[in-house]
Amino acid sequence: MKVRASIERKLTEGLAPSRLAVTDDSARHAGHAGHRHGSHDGESHFSIEIVSPAFEGKSRIERHRMVNTLLAEELAGPVHALALVTKAPGE
Amino acid sequence: MTNPVFERIQQDLSDNDVVLYMKGTPMFPQCGFSAAVVQVLSDLGVKFKGIDILVDPSLRDGIKQFTNWPTLPQLYVKGEFVGGCDIVREMAGNGELAALLKDKGVAFKG
Repeated sequence: MKVRASIERKLTEGLAPSRLAVTDDSARHAGHAGHRHGSHDGESHFSIEIVSPAFEGKSRIERHRMVNTLLAEELAGPVHALALVTKAPGE
Repeated sequence: MTNPVFERIQQDLSDNDVVLYMKGTPMFPQCGFSAAVVQVLSDLGVKFKGIDILVDPSLRDGIKQFTNWPTLPQLYVKGEFVGGCDIVREMAGNGELAALLKDKGVAFKG
């Protein structure tokens, strides 16, 4: 839960989302390269759905970059894959 | 100082209309996300160059820096970064990808 909790905390602090769902998909990738990464209990693959007013007027690439920047530490370390759905309220 | 890997990336992007930086090859993708983008491009009948970053660690790091994007795959059309797997799939689903290819003058079957 450590990685997931830190993802949730950083996105909540950085983007004040009206909806945030972080799902740990690691078990679905068990056995393939990148699944196990050091001491992180296999927390390596995540899906994130996030709705935030901060995305208003931003392109998809800009939105993903905002998330990637907030999660730079996780992406450089334990997180091997991130599936992202980014929406502004009302989309 | 110019990064030699960046020069190589620039060259690939100017030599090919559609370039996919991926894990594995179009025939044998080594990652589900890369495979998904290959599928999207194949469904659209787009000719593309798949570049396997797994065989070259300097390229694997280099493309992430070049694009300022931490994950793979990465799709480029006419030298412009389009997105990773989620963005490409979303754009394929709502017709934006076909519109982009048409706009850029890239041949596809649709």
